Amino acid sequence: MFAYAVKRLIQMLVVLWAVSIIVFLMMSFTGDPVFMVVPIDATDAEIAQARRILGLDRSLPEQYVLFLQNLVQGEFGRSYVFRQPALDLILERLPATLELVLVAMLIAAVVAIPLGVFAGANPQNPLSRLIMSGSLVGISLPGFWVGMMLIFIFAVELRLFPSSGRGATVEFLGIRTSLLTTNGWHHILLPALTLSFGTMAIILRITRAGMMEVMRQDYIKFARAKGVSRRGVLYGHGLRNGMIPVVTIFGLQLGDLIAFAVIAETIFAWPGMGKLLIDSIYRADRPVIVVYLMLVALIFVVVNFIVDILYTMIDPRITVK
Amino acid sequence: MASRVLSSQMVFNWRRNPPAILGTVIVLVCAVIVVFGPLLVSQNPYDLRQLSLLDSYKPPAWLDGGDPRYLLGTDGQGRDVLASIVYGTRISAMIGVTAMLMACAIGTTLGLLAGYFGGRLDALIMRVADVQLSFPSMLIALFLMSAFGTGIDKVLIALTAVGWVVYARTVRGSTLGEVQKEYVQAARVAGLSHAKIILKHVLPNVMTPLIVIATVQVGTFILIEASLSFLGVGVPITQPSLGLLIKNGFDVLFSGLWWTSVFPGLMIMAMVFGINLMGDFLRDELNPRLK
Repeated sequence: MFAYAVKRLIQMLVVLWAVSIIVFLMMSFTGDPVFMVVPIDATDAEIAQARRILGLDRSLPEQYVLFLQNLVQGEFGRSYVFRQPALDLILERLPATLELVLVAMLIAAVVAIPLGVFAGANPQNPLSRLIMSGSLVGISLPGFWVGMMLIFIFAVELRLFPSSGRGATVEFLGIRTSLLTTNGWHHILLPALTLSFGTMAIILRITRAGMMEVMRQDYIKFARAKGVSRRGVLYGHGLRNGMIPVVTIFGLQLGDLIAFAVIAETIFAWPGMGKLLIDSIYRADRPVIVVYLMLVALIFVVVNFIVDILYTMIDPRITVK
Repeated sequence: MASRVLSSQMVFNWRRNPPAILGTVIVLVCAVIVVFGPLLVSQNPYDLRQLSLLDSYKPPAWLDGGDPRYLLGTDGQGRDVLASIVYGTRISAMIGVTAMLMACAIGTTLGLLAGYFGGRLDALIMRVADVQLSFPSMLIALFLMSAFGTGIDKVLIALTAVGWVVYARTVRGSTLGEVQKEYVQAARVAGLSHAKIILKHVLPNVMTPLIVIATVQVGTFILIEASLSFLGVGVPITQPSLGLLIKNGFDVLFSGLWWTSVFPGLMIMAMVFGINLMGDFLRDELNPRLK
């Protein structure tokens, strides 16, 4: 187990290193950042000076070594637009994105798991077929469009929920969160619901497939034969084993949710790091884009690592080599 | 190969499967729109001479103030929403299908090479695939587009870069199995070249699972492209896909002008839903294990 964890840790570092090369190369081929830092009327000498400060006068491999050194030291440079360290800008907005993702995940789980268990345990029931068609519609919907429709119905027409912003936040353990105020919940509901749709559909389908697989097993037949109640069979024996693939999907969906948060944040003007990414792309604010990508890559590899470890712990049948 | 895929058994099952029939009908209707689109609507929404600003923001024909000439209303430039949707569907669908074909061609080639020759090439291709699979496609596409800038050609490249992995993995897996079998050994003994063995013998036997992947991927690509265009890093405004139409409609949604964004969204949903219904049917038919 320990050897496996170490091996996976080394793999994580290799992945991050590969990502750093890709990010560096892509950034090198997208325009010249020197014009983002010098004034419009800068002389050639000033431009050359700025180029030297940014290290752009060196060869590509040299620039990469410099880039990697800075990365390892947590030195990402300053935003061209805000003139603040890019890392601070992203970290400041990280809690807003994470709370959006967590609430979306919660909504998806609460709605999808019971429906998936029902559809998996009663595959021939007409209601199950309805649930499955519904989930297929859920997968086929463009997420941003759902968000717009929610805004139109609940914010523009019914005026029940606000259409933008994060609402009141309070400081809790040094992090500003909107999950501890009523106003904050009022603001987070629509964007989180928008974000949860895709995940909801996928978790529903995985739960159903897992349940159907488990219900065919001999130990379920045995439990029925010995007279365990239907509910007991379903939740005590079925769900526990049917949940194994769901755990993995949760981990994988976390990454997808962070990516799709970019869209939900754009629609609802949610002040998270996804919105900052889109704004930075428009403004060619390279340091902020780099920090975002590296941070998200880090989150992904860590989540994948945790999921892999959890997986072996939940299902003792899986032995690590 | 074709006979195995389009077996009479499959046609028999299709006839008794209403969702599959619905999916096929939707996809066929979309195909008609893509092929004959401009002939079906009276206005070319991107020919400025045909537009009149006097007709801007007309609601759908059945509402007060609606104009019978514009069934689904008009946008701020007096463009017929229905005509915009027809033109947008063509762009969205063509991007989805073209990118799928490109991803399939590249992914299948790499998968065949990796599975057939093995060794370092295999290790390299599969490591790249592993790294890529640990990131959501949407994020990779967004990142590539932010580096490339807008344009249909760039969207196609980004989607191809995102989509090849799943083919490469699947094909490599099946190829590893096929290479062990007697018929490939026999072909080797008979002295056929590697190229001939791969193309004539291995390829036809690893293609079936790709049909399901390819079908579903068209839907995924249409959705990713729509999201990119919505974020402003997809197609250019001169060639608006359905996603860009929705983005334009978003700006006026708060004024209650819902028809410019609701109808394009419904069109995407219908198209992708139809594709997914077909994908589900094909999966049940071609993967008997999952039945």
